[in-house]
Amino acid sequence: MKKYLFFPGCSLERNARSYYDSIMAIRDDLDIEFEEIQDYNCCGATEYTSIHRLGSFALLGRNLALAEKQSNGTHTMTVPCSACYLNLSKTEHYLRTDAHLAGQVNQALEAGGLHYNPGMLDIRHILDIIFNDVGIDVIKSKVVHPLTGLRVASYYGCMIIRPDYENRFPDPEYPDLLEKLMSALGAEVIDYPLRAHCCSGHMPSISAPVAYELIRRLIHTADEYKADVLVTLCPMCQLNLDAYQPDMNRHFNTNYHVPILYFTQLMGLAFGKTAKELGIGKEFIDARPALSRIGIEVPPAEPAPEVRHPRKKEEGLPMPKMPAKNMSASSQGGKDEVK
Amino acid sequence: MNDALQPEEVQTKLNFLEEVMQATPGDSRLEMCIQCGTCGGSCPSSPDMDHTPRTIFAMIRADMREAVLRSNTAWFCISCYYCTVRCPQEVHITDLMYTLKSMAVRQGFTQPNTPWSDWSLTFNEYVYNYGRAFEFGLATRQGLRHTSLLKYPGLAQLGMGMLTKGRMNLTPRRIEGLEGLQKILNRADEIEGESQ
Repeated sequence: MKKYLFFPGCSLERNARSYYDSIMAIRDDLDIEFEEIQDYNCCGATEYTSIHRLGSFALLGRNLALAEKQSNGTHTMTVPCSACYLNLSKTEHYLRTDAHLAGQVNQALEAGGLHYNPGMLDIRHILDIIFNDVGIDVIKSKVVHPLTGLRVASYYGCMIIRPDYENRFPDPEYPDLLEKLMSALGAEVIDYPLRAHCCSGHMPSISAPVAYELIRRLIHTADEYKADVLVTLCPMCQLNLDAYQPDMNRHFNTNYHVPILYFTQLMGLAFGKTAKELGIGKEFIDARPALSRIGIEVPPAEPAPEVRHPRKKEEGLPMPKMPAKNMSASSQGGKDEVK
Repeated sequence: MNDALQPEEVQTKLNFLEEVMQATPGDSRLEMCIQCGTCGGSCPSSPDMDHTPRTIFAMIRADMREAVLRSNTAWFCISCYYCTVRCPQEVHITDLMYTLKSMAVRQGFTQPNTPWSDWSLTFNEYVYNYGRAFEFGLATRQGLRHTSLLKYPGLAQLGMGMLTKGRMNLTPRRIEGLEGLQKILNRADEIEGESQ
């Protein structure tokens, strides 16, 4: 059993809990063990470094210092979130190559009683670990429920493959690790052309129209290629493509319905884990119809929240009525359906 | 004649190009830019920028500090790093965009209350005060400040979905070593201030 330090990051605690759960559900099959970094802090995403240059390296330096303390023989730290992965590996890279910066960061870390020796840690994304350390052969041998017939679009987003400080991935624009992994699970892999395009990052909160257009391109293309599901490896990508898909549909008056799952969730399904263990059902865009097509039944998720309640009393002030056809469509389709 | 810089001043006063390069970690290679435009052509948000990255780099060389730091260009960078991996001169473009954002805030060129600077500042405030990101607080504050009333139903639906699906906390989580973290961050800001 191979042991790794594990840096979950803020997203995996709540928003991307299903990513965390599915990783934990498959770790025994993959014969790997994780030691979680205790009391880590936020990596700062793309925001802390936008305002504080040295502060952001110190913020990440604290995490590296904590990981070094916990390392105890293993120096590989695996990170599932692409933003955390990039920020940690960027900090490691600059601290290792810039002695002046390393000196300043350690001076700051001293204020909190910490110290980091640059070069002590190997920061690697969980996909890299699964693909290169575990390997396709082991994965194939663990498949008990092949995903035959499920059309999968593999989506990488940006920060895992670019800028790739340590040259861990073969191609910064057209990688194929996930594709190989998905076909090992028996899925039908589509040649998804936008696999490495941007999910719009923090744009939904900053300039929504910019974000909607980038989300639309990704979803539209997946739909054109008749993907049943799009798999991702980043909490930010999952959130933007999943939670903002209804908003995007409203913005463009479209009706796309592409479920977004983590690649580890599909691995879990192929390994025979239950949907509940893997956190399936927390998506905004319901993945159940796609999964039931290949014989995987997912128990119904909690009822979707009703934002608009029906009027309590039919009599009252006269109100304009919606046409009957639209009424039934919106009440049957639930929140994901946009008329 | 009196306005002319003295020889020693000429040596100590950095021009904008040097200042930007010095404030960027590692070797940014900004001076190597050949104005080919690969960056702007690769950028998913360049159509919405005041100036494309290529133009911004020309403006930096031309010492147009205010125009550069007032523009929305750096703030519309999504950090996809396409430009960085495609640049034939290997300029660290994304890192330079971070530098421009922090310079704009520090030198007072960012217009107050823009959605982009508010987002970064609020995010950082939560990181400083709790040690963790706090989506609910962040989204609520951003929504109340910068979303039109017409968009509230959509926002509420999104928020309710996040809460009922158990994907968002209503209260922030504080790390145990918060005091130490704040000391580290304060010290980092002091050191950065001293070296400027």
